[in-house]
Amino acid sequence: MLADKDRIFTNLYGFQDWGLKAAQKRGDWDNTKDLIAKGQDSIIDEIKASGLRGRGGAGFPTGMKWSFMPKESKDGRPSFLVINADESEPGSCKDREIIRHDPHKLIEGALVAGFAMRARAAYIYIRGEYIREAETLQAAIDEAYDAGLIGKNASGSGYDFDVFMHRGAGAYICGEETAMIESLEGKKGQPRLKPPFPAGAGLYGCPTTVNNVESIAVVPTILRRGGAWFASFGRENNHGTKLFQISGHVEKPCVVEEAMSIPFRELIEKHAGGITGGWDNLLAVIPGGSSVPLVPAEQIMDAPMDFDGLKEVGSGLGTAAVIVMDKSTDIVRAISRISYFYKHESCGQCTPCREGTGWMWRVMERLRVGESTPREIDMLYEVTKQVEGHTICALGDAAAWPIQGLLRHFRPELERRIAERENAVPEAAE
Amino acid sequence: MPKVTVDGHEIEVPDGATVLQACELAGKEIPRFCYHERLSIAGNCRMCLVEVKPGPPKPQASCALPATEGQEIRTDSEMVKTAREGVMEFLLINHPLDCPICDQGGECDLQDQSLMYGRGATRYHENKRAVTEKFMGPLIKTVMTRCIHCTRCVRFSEEIAGVDEIGALYRGEDMQITTYLEQAAKHELSANVIDLCPVGALTSGPYAYESRPWELKKTLGIDVSDAVGSNIRIDSRGREVLRVLPRVNDDVNEEWISDKARYQVDGLVRRRLDKVWIRKKGKLAEASWEEAFKKIAAAKPGKDIAAIAGDMVDCETMFAAKALLKANGSKLVESRQTGMDYDVSNLAAVNFNSTFTGIEEAQAILIVGSHIRWEAPLINVRLRKAVKRGAKVFVVGPEWDTTFSATFLGEDVGVLGNLPADVTDAFKAAEHSAVILGAGGFAAGAHGAAMAAANTLGATFNALHTAAARMGALMLGFASKGGLADLVSAKPKVVLALGADEVDWSQFADALKVYIGHHGDKGAHAADIILPASAYTEKAGTYVNTEGRVQMADKAIFAPGDAREDWTILRALADALGVNVGFDSFGELRAAMVAEVPALGEEGLADYGAMPAAPALAKASGALSYPIKDFYLTNPIARASVVMQRCSDELIHGEEIKEAAE
Repeated sequence: MLADKDRIFTNLYGFQDWGLKAAQKRGDWDNTKDLIAKGQDSIIDEIKASGLRGRGGAGFPTGMKWSFMPKESKDGRPSFLVINADESEPGSCKDREIIRHDPHKLIEGALVAGFAMRARAAYIYIRGEYIREAETLQAAIDEAYDAGLIGKNASGSGYDFDVFMHRGAGAYICGEETAMIESLEGKKGQPRLKPPFPAGAGLYGCPTTVNNVESIAVVPTILRRGGAWFASFGRENNHGTKLFQISGHVEKPCVVEEAMSIPFRELIEKHAGGITGGWDNLLAVIPGGSSVPLVPAEQIMDAPMDFDGLKEVGSGLGTAAVIVMDKSTDIVRAISRISYFYKHESCGQCTPCREGTGWMWRVMERLRVGESTPREIDMLYEVTKQVEGHTICALGDAAAWPIQGLLRHFRPELERRIAERENAVPEAAE
Repeated sequence: MPKVTVDGHEIEVPDGATVLQACELAGKEIPRFCYHERLSIAGNCRMCLVEVKPGPPKPQASCALPATEGQEIRTDSEMVKTAREGVMEFLLINHPLDCPICDQGGECDLQDQSLMYGRGATRYHENKRAVTEKFMGPLIKTVMTRCIHCTRCVRFSEEIAGVDEIGALYRGEDMQITTYLEQAAKHELSANVIDLCPVGALTSGPYAYESRPWELKKTLGIDVSDAVGSNIRIDSRGREVLRVLPRVNDDVNEEWISDKARYQVDGLVRRRLDKVWIRKKGKLAEASWEEAFKKIAAAKPGKDIAAIAGDMVDCETMFAAKALLKANGSKLVESRQTGMDYDVSNLAAVNFNSTFTGIEEAQAILIVGSHIRWEAPLINVRLRKAVKRGAKVFVVGPEWDTTFSATFLGEDVGVLGNLPADVTDAFKAAEHSAVILGAGGFAAGAHGAAMAAANTLGATFNALHTAAARMGALMLGFASKGGLADLVSAKPKVVLALGADEVDWSQFADALKVYIGHHGDKGAHAADIILPASAYTEKAGTYVNTEGRVQMADKAIFAPGDAREDWTILRALADALGVNVGFDSFGELRAAMVAEVPALGEEGLADYGAMPAAPALAKASGALSYPIKDFYLTNPIARASVVMQRCSDELIHGEEIKEAAE
């Protein structure tokens, strides 16, 4: 279990004030000038050494991502940092806790990370539904401006850096990095084709890095305590601490900071008070937010909660939004509901996702009541394969994976429902 | 030049080529819906997926992927085949498959590609999506259930037309293509989205349910609705032209045509002159060819005969008329019907010298008295391209809605003698620059002043005419020094009006006015004798566009009723007047014409030699105005067209559609 002294988010539960004074007491904005004085390359090296992988779901090494940004502007274009606070994945709620209880960690991180990647400004794109959180964040940004921590000569470092908050309008797709950039530019939120990658031509055609809130918020602490400290948690290639968001059929759902690679059983026992009805009652777990395949009980129980560990059981860490489902769950209905979500949130730009999500959801709805045939299960699997990997962005994959997980692990349940319905329908006498 | 391997064959592709282009160079067909050479890359249909190594182990959209050194591309692998089948299946699940009642049938990309790349049967057993029809104006008929959301139409209106008229609403499977608030698409090129639409979602309104593509005879023609000389394909069945489509010609119209060129053809069967008419006691009465010829001969014109050519006649007709007058000893010819008398001694001074492709390169452009969107919509497209590349555009004349950023310098043409500093600076900095003199400038007599301005600015001088016949007429010498006034003062006994409908006929009150043309318009109203002739679709002919490009058109259909091809009428008239014009067939006529003006015998840009010096002391003053008041009703065919009339009412005058009350 992670010791209290090693926690980065010390006000995660909101027991203390979020304001600047309280944040400074907790150690934020403590001599930020010195962090910046380390220089761009040494900050990036420190982050690389810490082994921090992107906390938004894909798990791309953060330091490496920053190093793709141009070292100098050859044509006068500025660089930008875009912070993804459009947390819309069902199950995920970590960025919200950071923003409403510890916003200064994020703002300080924005300054340091922005400096490291030579960005002129940071845009924080916050989910439209986070109304109070947006108010808090804006107040915190104003506080930081007033205290001279950001803006001209930020924190006395001699570096000019602005932070802007932009509110989204509630579209899940705007959490995709290029769709977020489109949306920030005032256009319809639809992902762009890659290449060009944002590091070459992103926001307003300028070099841009898009990072998750958590990835940015942990940066100042890593720099203060050293990359080696951060790397001491978790297994090789999966270092650091992580905010786990445990929801569903546990005694005490919570958002908690833990070391990476903590076994699932330990995570639930220590922080969530166990599964409702005991461990025998566990049916399946979606370990990384709605877009990753579910993992059945017997496989997840002792799996280490990290990128590689969950990949081994055919799923992924995603945002570490752990959705626990006990045996009272209608698993088909649960996945069907997730299917509906992806159908509803598909942007409609490219064919497989636009047409496929609706088709998959409709078949799922029929499978839920057994109004189908076993052959159609195979067809559904083929359809998910036709969507996966054929789309512009990862939403196609995200829509296909939950269903693939269900078909992989719960096919007997689907067949049972089909057979049950078949037997229940009386044949005409004839 | 990167080298790539396509299905095992190594080829070299140009720098900046995409994988799709590389595959095409290798002779492989890549199916596509959203990709279009002249539009930006959207990459959204996912039909062009191919397998590329190195790269992720999934198929890649070839239209958006740059070809790089050492790529191994496969278009024939199992992965590609399944990917195509998958995308095709997705496109078809919500497509209504109403091909038997769809106007796109027979020329539908979706039909063709599902045949080649699709599965044989459907596995989709849910209800299909239905989408309500959208109103897009009188020209575009919509059946939005058929839409496959390729966004070609959206990209066309944004990028080529330069107006944000069409866009997408909602998202996911509820996404719908529509015009803003379902208003009519008002742009002059709006109907090109019909050609772009790969399915039957946007089809031609006036042509709805008229015909199937395989029933049509296709003839290569030249458009005469403006002086651009757009290359068109005339689709006809029997004796009726059913539709006009653009042909690809990168030097002229790329692959677009204006809505007027496309839709004025229904005017070809309305208000037609298909009989000979003679005015008796102030009223026109039916007559025979003999009577008409006798009456003309009875006027004994001798050398007192004049000819005025209209805006849409071909070179052959004008040459035949000129030959007839010459045989009579007359030189009274003119094609500038409205009385313009600019100097035509050097054709370079009245030509669009930058050429259409060249104007795209200009970095500074000064437009003098031209509403280019209405006078030549396709040149407006070129100007927009130039502005996208950084050109600065200045306009002298009343303000109009440009589709690019432009600075208006006021209505007074006097500004040419005293151009503001930002104009002169822009031209000084420009490597290529142009001055365009349009119809309004010509009418205000600003020809000399504009040439002088071009001279001081170091810019290429360009004349933008509005009449398809103008450059051909000038090449044939079908003009008099003092313009129409010379003809008036000569007091001719007989005036031949070759489709001339814009002339003020009260000037020729004492003359016998013989109208040789195809529509009962202003010219026919004033005529004493009407000889029915052929419209541009009904005769072969040579046309010269405003940049001096000689182009030839074929005959698509026969003229209706008693109407004859124009040159045969003039040939018969020569017999009636007892003179010899020296040709008995169209071939002989054309040979005689080419012998006199060799440039007309060769398709392509005619060489007019060097630009003359600008006339000294050329000055112009006064407010400019644009002669074209209504884009859709500029010529007798368009004025007879119900579709053009409706466009004028709804799109320009904003009248409500008048639906019958049942």
